[in-house]
Amino acid sequence: MAAVPVKVHGPAFSTAVSRVLACLFEKDVPFDLVNVNMAKGQHKSPDFLKLQPFGQVPAFQDGSISLIESRSICRYIAEAYADRGNKNLYGGDTLHKAFIDQWLEAEGQSFNPPSSVLVFQLVFGPRMKIKQDENTINQNKAKLTKVLDVYDKRLADSKYLAGDEFSLADLSHLPNAHYLVTGTDVKELFMERENVGRWWEEISSRDSWKKTVELQKSPPPKK
Amino acid sequence: MATRKLYGCVNSTSTLRALASLYEHEVEFEFFPVDLKNTEVQNTQTFLSLNPFGEEPAFQDGELILFESRAIMRCVFHAYPKPGKEHVYIAPKLQGMAAAWIDVEDHHFNPPASKLVTELVEKPKQGLTPDEAVVGEARSELAVVLDVYEQRLKETSSGFLGGDKFTSADVTHTPNLHYLMGTPLRELFETRPLLNSWCKELLARPSWAKVVDLVNKHTWVSNIIE
Repeated sequence: MAAVPVKVHGPAFSTAVSRVLACLFEKDVPFDLVNVNMAKGQHKSPDFLKLQPFGQVPAFQDGSISLIESRSICRYIAEAYADRGNKNLYGGDTLHKAFIDQWLEAEGQSFNPPSSVLVFQLVFGPRMKIKQDENTINQNKAKLTKVLDVYDKRLADSKYLAGDEFSLADLSHLPNAHYLVTGTDVKELFMERENVGRWWEEISSRDSWKKTVELQKSPPPKK
Repeated sequence: MATRKLYGCVNSTSTLRALASLYEHEVEFEFFPVDLKNTEVQNTQTFLSLNPFGEEPAFQDGELILFESRAIMRCVFHAYPKPGKEHVYIAPKLQGMAAAWIDVEDHHFNPPASKLVTELVEKPKQGLTPDEAVVGEARSELAVVLDVYEQRLKETSSGFLGGDKFTSADVTHTPNLHYLMGTPLRELFETRPLLNSWCKELLARPSWAKVVDLVNKHTWVSNIIE
């Protein structure tokens, strides 16, 4: 069987890795998931640093090229495999892409900071037996509340963030939101806002996200 | 055709990023300074209706309204190419590799760089003392990032981060570079030869001179860019 050119390096439970996996499923692009044992420091090994010089996951390869940064990787997948899977994931023209980029940036600049702190404090921290910091949790809940208020207003006028169709901008929110909605009391911040709640139900029930969650639950692939 | 409009603050690197992109592509536009502390001002009210997050800049081209400086930058680079000066790649692999460095700037360069600009440029202007501990930590973080950049510039061997030509991956850095090169931390760049050349190249671009001119015209408190 021919080798699969697309490889994603990193554990599926990582939010950044799962962002890329969801995109690959959405675009129906076959790939190999290569485990990186972060507990053993594999992400700082010389071989891994050649692929990702900052020592973070994911690293990504497609044939001869390697890429870093999960949102960039998603944009690349959407462009390079434009005619596969969900063809409108990154818009049809420059204008549409610009709207998607704007909400992708909003995710990265406004949603991601407080939500990743909360994912660490409320989900991963306890698993790693790290003590929770109440002040940090409260501050970031307050920040996330403000962001979700903006989203709720936006989603009153628009089915998805960038328009009437599901796009990379929505997909980019799945990893952090999933952990918060399925495992913490932050779920209420999403579900008590009618439009955000509706949007969350839609995007999280997509096949691509269900497949990603399955991978998160499966044991890591053996090398 | 309706005038294109950019709303922003001249003392913000986000606004400067959008300005640099527009000047680089010789896009005609009108600049509307926004004072976010003064919400009574008409410009500010118009601006707040354009950007639901209330953060500058915002860009309007007819019915197109965009916020987030890097989204504005990406759109300008793709939507307004000049013949012979296309700063994007058509091939997805080449564009993918170039654009990844916009996110690298966003997630690795900007965090320590903007902390240093706050401590070493903005605080002194307000008569405040820089926090040495914050400066020290951010400096160390930035040094690690700049080592990766030096290696990347070695790999592209073009003098540009994204590939074999100037792209948005370069210009996204210019505003922070401009401020940092006016502080003692310029030695972080001057001691890395490829990085030093890259920095000088970006700051010498005619489009950046136009940004500086506009800032000088609109700066009413004190000259923040020499």
